[in-house]
Amino acid sequence: MSQSAVPQSAVSQSAVKLQPVVRPEYVNATLPPVVTGQVEAPLPLVQRLFAHTLVRRLLILAVLAVVWEIYARWLDNPLMFPSFSETLGALWDNTVNGVIPQRLGVSLRVLVMGYAIGIGIAAIFTTLAVSTRFGTDLLSTLTAMFNPMPAIALLPLALLWFGLGVPSLVFVIVHSVLWAVALNAHSGFLAVSDTQRMAGQTFGLSGLRFVALILIPAAFPAILSGLKIGWAFAWRTLIAAELVFGVSAGQGGLGWFIFENRNLLETAGVFAGLMTVMLVGLFVEGVIFQTIERYTVRRWGMQR
Amino acid sequence: MKHMPAPSRTAAALTPLLQADSVTLQYKTRDHLVTATSDVSFDIYPADRFVLLGPSGCGKSTLLKAIAGFIRPVRGTIRLKGQQITRPGPDRMMVFQEFDQLMPWKTVRQNVAFPLRCNGVGTSEADARALDVLGKVNLAKFSDAYPHMLSGGMKQRVAIARAMGMRPDILLMDEPYAALDALTRRKMQQELLELWDDIRFTVVFVTHSIEEAVLIGNRILVLSPHPGQVKAELNAHHFDASHQGGAEFQTLCGRIHHMLFDDGQPAH
Repeated sequence: MSQSAVPQSAVSQSAVKLQPVVRPEYVNATLPPVVTGQVEAPLPLVQRLFAHTLVRRLLILAVLAVVWEIYARWLDNPLMFPSFSETLGALWDNTVNGVIPQRLGVSLRVLVMGYAIGIGIAAIFTTLAVSTRFGTDLLSTLTAMFNPMPAIALLPLALLWFGLGVPSLVFVIVHSVLWAVALNAHSGFLAVSDTQRMAGQTFGLSGLRFVALILIPAAFPAILSGLKIGWAFAWRTLIAAELVFGVSAGQGGLGWFIFENRNLLETAGVFAGLMTVMLVGLFVEGVIFQTIERYTVRRWGMQR
Repeated sequence: MKHMPAPSRTAAALTPLLQADSVTLQYKTRDHLVTATSDVSFDIYPADRFVLLGPSGCGKSTLLKAIAGFIRPVRGTIRLKGQQITRPGPDRMMVFQEFDQLMPWKTVRQNVAFPLRCNGVGTSEADARALDVLGKVNLAKFSDAYPHMLSGGMKQRVAIARAMGMRPDILLMDEPYAALDALTRRKMQQELLELWDDIRFTVVFVTHSIEEAVLIGNRILVLSPHPGQVKAELNAHHFDASHQGGAEFQTLCGRIHHMLFDDGQPAH
């Protein structure tokens, strides 16, 4: 019982063993009404505001903008580093005169085309990979070879094969989308549990109905994350490719807009172009994919 | 059988619903061919609560999967209403141990209606039947919840409702309560017996708990491990929850315990 600092196991074991105290029993025949705590009080306004992710992010953006503005004014060199307000001005002017919307439209059209084709090919590869062992090996080998390859590195080859124009851009976008989507979808299908597969089979489902009604929804979180990665790859590949050529294709996209403005030493225009690239990224990620997630994987409890 | 007077037994009740005839099952692991069951025979009659009981490694789950049609016997046959079983089908609905057997992207009601819809039942009829059977397992007010919002016991109830809604010839249950806490398990066992009392379905129930087998089953197939062979087929129709812990109940449990553990090495 006496617990000395020095462990003397031999002694303490032979000494009095610690015994629990025997206490009287009691039974509560009737339980008292539960006393609720304080009636809930609203949190202070500031705390409630900060609970919103959007508010916190906007605050960070505002701070960054202020820092940018102060630094640029102190530097006073609009050619190298235009201020936030100058950039906003350039963005506004180019939006109002229709240049940025038109360039953005060109870029997005190419992007959607490449994205759709990439997903289509990824679907074919994934189908092969889940249905045959040869297909699995084919997909893993191709993915291991091509996934690490930067899409832009294929641009010279694409120009050689397809010439200056949309087909070359679509080619590199397909390359950047295909492997990420196929890899994610395939691992998503592999991760569908045996229980869910067997349950689907006992309902009498087989073949395409089984894939469409059981496998695809069960693998949807992985497929969706593949689509997100694929989208980000595609967008940055497109802008990079457009920096190389654009006008020769008839109309330039957003990347070409940035390149043009640099040549004209309109640095504020360059910044405005980059800002548009970011805004599109924020919109797709924060609005489109967030909405899809809210109505699917998060509602289903498959993702927090 | 409890609650069932002898004269009401018809000729149909005397022909087996499911016949397993010297079934040998094998499956492959990475480097071995494992014999799960060897030469197992049994008959299951309508309204049976037939329990497959044995320690882990006796092939009872494999046997259930063979009845479901996921595994073909190497030797022997399994016949349902005289027809040999070749593949999974909605006439043998299965309730699994794992909670993820429900489809997380469907609400409780959609989960129950889904197999009906897959088999050509119209939307409104499937919905009505789903609500009806959800009422039977006391989950009607959760019909629009998604599975991730439910507790483990509720998920298993939905799975049972989903299987019952199909009105299968035979209900297969693979240790459905093994992952539940003891209090919930006891309640679920009771509910299953009440549901059986109401509808009189035929169920094959796999468990490794002797008490659960005696409580749930009217007939118990005791299997030995490595590979599974029939040790005994016992009657337990005279027990229900009120007998639990009683002397007779304990005697039968003790008898089964001896069969499983006293000759041969104890499993687990």
